[in-house]
Amino acid sequence: MNDLRSGSDSACAARVTLAFIVALAATGCQRETRYFEPPTKAVTPPPVRLSQIQPGAIATNTALAQKYEDNAYALSEGQRLFRWYNCNGCHANGGGDKGPALMDNVWIYGSEPAQIYSTIVEGRPNGMPSFGGHIPENQVWELVAYVRSLSGLVSDTAAPNRTDTMQVKKPESNTEPQKPVVAAPSNASERP
Amino acid sequence: MIGGMHDVQVPAGAQAHAIAGVWHWLLPICTFVFVAIVVAMLVALWRAPWLRETAAPDVSSLWAPEPKIARTVWAAVIASTLLLLVLLAVSVFTDRALARLPLANALHVQLTGYQWWWEARYDDPDPSRIFTTANELHVPVGRPVIVTLVGADVIHSFWVPSLHGKKDLIPGRTQTISFRADRPGVYRGTCAEYCGYQHAHMVLYVVADAPDDYAQWAQRQRAPARPPATAEERRGRDLFLRRSCAMCHAIDGTPAQGQHAPNLTHVAGRMTIGAGTLENTAARRAAWILDPQQFKPGANMPPENLPPDELAAINAYLGSLQ
Repeated sequence: MNDLRSGSDSACAARVTLAFIVALAATGCQRETRYFEPPTKAVTPPPVRLSQIQPGAIATNTALAQKYEDNAYALSEGQRLFRWYNCNGCHANGGGDKGPALMDNVWIYGSEPAQIYSTIVEGRPNGMPSFGGHIPENQVWELVAYVRSLSGLVSDTAAPNRTDTMQVKKPESNTEPQKPVVAAPSNASERP
Repeated sequence: MIGGMHDVQVPAGAQAHAIAGVWHWLLPICTFVFVAIVVAMLVALWRAPWLRETAAPDVSSLWAPEPKIARTVWAAVIASTLLLLVLLAVSVFTDRALARLPLANALHVQLTGYQWWWEARYDDPDPSRIFTTANELHVPVGRPVIVTLVGADVIHSFWVPSLHGKKDLIPGRTQTISFRADRPGVYRGTCAEYCGYQHAHMVLYVVADAPDDYAQWAQRQRAPARPPATAEERRGRDLFLRRSCAMCHAIDGTPAQGQHAPNLTHVAGRMTIGAGTLENTAARRAAWILDPQQFKPGANMPPENLPPDELAAINAYLGSLQ
């Protein structure tokens, strides 16, 4: 009888372990999920804060872009589109050129996904073109996620490990998160 | 769907003939060796002494000296080796024959493999005669073609079975392959090295035309895009430039100069869209523009939410680009 009980105990333990492994694997799978977006019907503008002053506690809105920031495919697509759409023409490979650097912690127009989205779609004074209508919405979100990954603001398990072009910094998956500061850059040449 | 000849055993050019010749040696020799081995094995099984359960095990051979290898075994080993050497010789001589084919007055094409389509640039000493097209090569019958193979992202492989063997397109490494089509016709080629999600939808058509037809086709391809003739086509062109299309596609003669996707200057003259995914008809083109992911999931062209009238205008313009 004892033997039987211990046998069923070990079977139960094995089942629990198996369930645990399956659950772990299932959460891991999200990293690789690929979304084949149907054409979006209506573009809902994300809430963008134009002022940094807020009553009470600072409310951030990162849930909007979470789907893209946790997904390795979306981030690597963002990395590809960063070159395709000539973002590197001004921002170089993140270090900045005619446009401000993106791999530092200085954010002139905010580091929240919705703010970066708005920067890409609406443009900014003194040079940032507005890409609204020229780039499909989901690709803008992929770019947003990649731009945030440049300063380590996304999950390092999903961020790109390597680049197809010149390597100017540690890969995004190995970038220490940098606390965003909303400020004009100290370098006068980068000032918008 | 567009068929196109796709058969190693029906060669349509000098190179493919030589390769088919290797096959005609290889198949009978390998069949002979295979059948001989199977027959020898069956005979050995049939001749083996059957063990009766009641009998005591026969261990007499433990005391017998090791028998020498039978003469038949030696003969079989030597015969197989010689036959394999014959195959080796056939292969070497075929390679030499391929290398000696005349390449005078050859047509030069640079073929670049992308995920998942082909870009063809027809080179010419006169720069104004260079033109770019995609997924469909036109070549003159009887004239050798030297194809320079370039891989843009991952390893692809050029394979048009009726014209030549395979050759890989390796990023960072330029290779060439040359072929000659001796009969007019449409020859289907595919990417022959697994290159990602839509590897199977990476088809290349080689159309062999009579020399005069080829010259006319090339002359048309060199011209910039035809200006829009109707109000709808004009609207389509403006929308093409204003929307996301121009971010990746180029149409020569317009400001659209994106270099990431097939050149659409003469897209209406091609047989298929999406590198052999869909037939190039107005209805299929409209469905493709609206949602390419439905037909070729993972392709780099994003779905585009276009109102029906804008879609019709863009489609009318693209349909006019003969």
